[in-house]
Amino acid sequence: MDTPAGQTALFEARDVSKLFGTFAANDKVSLVVQRGEKHALLGENGAGKSTLVKMMYGVMQPTSGQFFWRSQQVTIPKPAAAREMGIGMVFQHFSVFDALNVAENIALALPPQSMRGLSDSIAEVSEAYGLAIDPERAVHTLSVGEKQRVEIIRCLLQSPQLLIMDEPTSVLTPQETQILFSTLNKLAEDGCAILYISHKLEEVKTLCDTATILRHGKLVAHCDPGKSSAREMAELMVGDNIANLARNGATQPGDARLEITDLTLPADGDFGTALDRISLKVHAGEIVGIAGIAGEGQPELMDALTGERLAGTPATIRMDGAPLGRAGPTDRRAAGAAFVPEERNGHAAISDLTLSENVILAHHTAEGVAGGGWIDFGKAADWTRRIREAFDVRAGDENPAAGSLSGGNLQKFVVGREILRKPGVLIVSQPTWGVDAGAAAVIRQALIDLAWDGAAVLVISQDLEEVFAICDRIAVIYHGTLSSAKPAAEMTAETVGLLMAGGTLAEDAA
Amino acid sequence: MILLEPREQPSRLLAVLSPVVAIALMLFAGAIMLAAMGQPPLQALYVYFFQPVHELWFYLVRPEERAMWIYTPSEVLVKAIPLALIGAGLTICFRANVWNIGAAGQYTLGAIFGGAAALYGPEGSPWLTLPLYLAAGAFGGLLWAAIPALLRTRFNANEILVSLMLTYVATLLLDWLVRGPWKSPTSFGFPVSADFTDSYLLPVLVQGTRLHLGLILAIVIAVALALMMARTLRGFRVRVIGAAPRAGAFAGFSQSGTIWFVLLLSGGLAGLAGAIEVSATIGKLQPEISASYGFTAIIVAFLGRLNPAGALLGALILAISYIGGENAQILLKLPKNVTGIFQGMLLFFLLACDTLIRYRIRWTSASAGAA
Repeated sequence: MDTPAGQTALFEARDVSKLFGTFAANDKVSLVVQRGEKHALLGENGAGKSTLVKMMYGVMQPTSGQFFWRSQQVTIPKPAAAREMGIGMVFQHFSVFDALNVAENIALALPPQSMRGLSDSIAEVSEAYGLAIDPERAVHTLSVGEKQRVEIIRCLLQSPQLLIMDEPTSVLTPQETQILFSTLNKLAEDGCAILYISHKLEEVKTLCDTATILRHGKLVAHCDPGKSSAREMAELMVGDNIANLARNGATQPGDARLEITDLTLPADGDFGTALDRISLKVHAGEIVGIAGIAGEGQPELMDALTGERLAGTPATIRMDGAPLGRAGPTDRRAAGAAFVPEERNGHAAISDLTLSENVILAHHTAEGVAGGGWIDFGKAADWTRRIREAFDVRAGDENPAAGSLSGGNLQKFVVGREILRKPGVLIVSQPTWGVDAGAAAVIRQALIDLAWDGAAVLVISQDLEEVFAICDRIAVIYHGTLSSAKPAAEMTAETVGLLMAGGTLAEDAA
Repeated sequence: MILLEPREQPSRLLAVLSPVVAIALMLFAGAIMLAAMGQPPLQALYVYFFQPVHELWFYLVRPEERAMWIYTPSEVLVKAIPLALIGAGLTICFRANVWNIGAAGQYTLGAIFGGAAALYGPEGSPWLTLPLYLAAGAFGGLLWAAIPALLRTRFNANEILVSLMLTYVATLLLDWLVRGPWKSPTSFGFPVSADFTDSYLLPVLVQGTRLHLGLILAIVIAVALALMMARTLRGFRVRVIGAAPRAGAFAGFSQSGTIWFVLLLSGGLAGLAGAIEVSATIGKLQPEISASYGFTAIIVAFLGRLNPAGALLGALILAISYIGGENAQILLKLPKNVTGIFQGMLLFFLLACDTLIRYRIRWTSASAGAA
């Protein structure tokens, strides 16, 4: 470890390993964080980033190796101990209570004190670091970016010297990301070290002074993101050369195969989002992307498209001309539609059931796996084999429980299950959420190939990079309304970001 | 604070053996209880559980003495019939994550509807009257289970409370009927209905015993239901809705349709059991018709690993505890409630085993819990 002379490292992990059974999530990882440093922890999903920081924050215990805090060897038995030492963490999934207001949420994490004093300290911190927030607002009225601010303020009030941020921008618009970065820069100037976990290379290049790259649980490099190119770092993360997506050139879109006309649905529950007159056409041979930050109506739209919630009239949703707005998922599948919901576990698949049984879930009637009411297990096994071959789904047994597969393999399985049906209309939400780069490339290529064969493909995704990589046209969902879909070539990350934050494009506003 | 943490790899062997472990724990705890009641524990346990098994064994290995030993095996089966019928239906209900706790009420309504057919229906060939009688019983149970189904699917009312409370309504309804409109004029004031005529009595299978036609019905139904769960889309639907309702919706399975199906099915089977029991072992309606079988069948369902065919085995084990309880009343002068305590302990240990096989207990201090 090259520690600059005359400076004691703030935090050091030395040869830290974490075993789950025989699987090494972390294998002798070492890491040094200096005071006031913005340190990136880079790696694909499953590279062991979260495991490492969970051990640093006391959520898990290392199997072997040591931690040092200001050169003193320490053990971190629980998060409270980490906080006491001066380590704060902002998780990817926020732990805020929607029904409480901002100040109350923050008070929950702190030692008992007067609410007035707390409101003052919140105002002070939010002033100092540009985290604008009203302490009196109810949390469920906040945007995702604002909820993240609540989490950050909660950490800052405990005056941490090391702040761990787990994929903080995955839920933010580009504009919100800029605000977050200026906050983090200010914090670092004041001497607080930041450990920034990400797989987004451009962000790391913009923000961080130094980077540690993990791959398959092992440390592969320390580097200076300012000096290394994004491509070099990506290769270190992924290992071999990055697969390029093969586009077959501009396709000539055919007839509209999916038509949504004035789809309006009330919110489902207190914290749901109502859909407001959503209209969209997806043509044969075309991939249309719906971008948007989380919670702007994507789950509601997906439910309306699969038939899990029914639309007002049959004509609201047409597939190949057939009015299916009032039809359930089985009828829509029979009409040639296929769906991949965002959530793998418990929605697209059931982790306790075997892969073959998970085939029945979608194929029972549309593909006759349970025609006449009797399940044809031979047919289901046959589908399972074909899906696993075509999409390289790796698992131990021939027919394991879905829950025993890694996230990437299960996602390849549920996407493969739908694509192998050769559907006329495929609607997929977050196709590569939490999936490693290799699996993501396979899935994206399959979507492109399917469209090339004449299907209409609708992709709902919060990953802008993905939307730009595969979509022919892009629309943005915001507060349950959908902007008109524009050719991807005419849009930039900036214009999409503007729409994601509720702005309008000049030409639309005119 | 106590935390339950999921185990990384729950033992499959233990999951299968869980009922065996639970029975062993029940015997151990039961021995302590019997000792506390002043009984020599081993001898008392013998009377409870091993004497009936012992007599079953004699029946099997001593063909020449069968007539002498037939009482216990036949009575075990007689008790197992209603338990198996109700238990098989409940396994399906529980698999759908629908908790019908009111099988006792549905059983009672089955007896009432069957009784109405027997008391007011036509006389004739048993080939006509018995199907009518059994259908009426099943319909009664189904109707009683339709109430929690309607309230659950319409108003999201908790089916546990609704079905449980309807049990008391059913008991009072039967009580009122046999003390009022259906009371036999020749009962000398006792609250009983007129005796069922021969057209409405279930035929005995083995002469000299009370073993009746219900045995065949119970086996056929349990096996058919096991087949349904394993091989048909309908059974798959029940499993999916029980495991993950969201995935069920994705598959196009109706959740409320499944709730209706499993409640009507389990209610219908409980009603059938009630009608069969009244016809085969009592021959008339009276306030006490062993409706508590409806609660014991919950244990049967869990003991049978929520598999309808497994419920047959579970019913046999619980039936043995009933016979043992009768023996203990006679030989040891122990109160009948001890049987209920044994059955309760069995369910307790069974659920505890199932939970601890999948989770481990971790004790944490209150401060860490707040972290």
